[in-house]
Amino acid sequence: MADSSSLREIILPSDTIEARKFQDAIEQELIEVDAPDKDAFCIRLALEEALVNAIKHGNQMDPAKSVKVQFLICPEVFEIVITDEGPGFDPEDVPDPTDIENLERPCGRGLMLMRHYMNEIVYNSLGNSVRMKKIFKRS
Amino acid sequence: MSAQPRKRRLEVEEIGDVTVVNFVDRKILDEQNIQIIGEQLFELVDVEQKKKILLNFGNVDYLSSAALGKLITLNKKANSSGGKLVLCNIKPEIKEVFEITKLDKFFRIQGDEQAGLQSF
Repeated sequence: MADSSSLREIILPSDTIEARKFQDAIEQELIEVDAPDKDAFCIRLALEEALVNAIKHGNQMDPAKSVKVQFLICPEVFEIVITDEGPGFDPEDVPDPTDIENLERPCGRGLMLMRHYMNEIVYNSLGNSVRMKKIFKRS
Repeated sequence: MSAQPRKRRLEVEEIGDVTVVNFVDRKILDEQNIQIIGEQLFELVDVEQKKKILLNFGNVDYLSSAALGKLITLNKKANSSGGKLVLCNIKPEIKEVFEITKLDKFFRIQGDEQAGLQSF
């Protein structure tokens, strides 16, 4: 993972419309570094899930709380740390959404997609901050 | 002040006795949009009493877990009203989202729209 001093930082309100604007800006930067389409797709999906988790589940849409985003985009890699002001959670406690008895439950599927689409995903011990990394596969 | 008309997020057409639904949005990610799409899909079963629903994903490039949740609810509603929900024309990247979450086994998924129509 990159040294945190090399990451750019932005503070987002607990508002999915603001999160969308940020995602659009990231998408634009991925085009500028000529990130492969497949990798940009993976990042877009994982980022959506992680930001919704932070805003809805972490901050409970509380306008008094914000989401800290630190990120790095370069021609080889995309890295991001998303930290909310919620109490955190234990990702190991999230039920497996692919178990037949959980298939109709809403939880866990976003986390599963994040894990699948990124090369690395690590939560801090409190569970209110997730660090994700995508290494671009260039042919 | 009059209420703004609610924007249709779905294009619905009847082909024989099958209700074919196309999504207007290429990205089904936004929370508000997903909410509206969910309501409009549920209306097809709850209000319009449609029994055979074919969702055509040909226009869809992105789909989040929240959207999957709406589709699961729709499938449940369709089944419990004696109807049937079929998904078709799903791009490979979106198909992968269903496969990762094992929802490809949960939903009835067909290739193109013709195959979808014939599956009822």
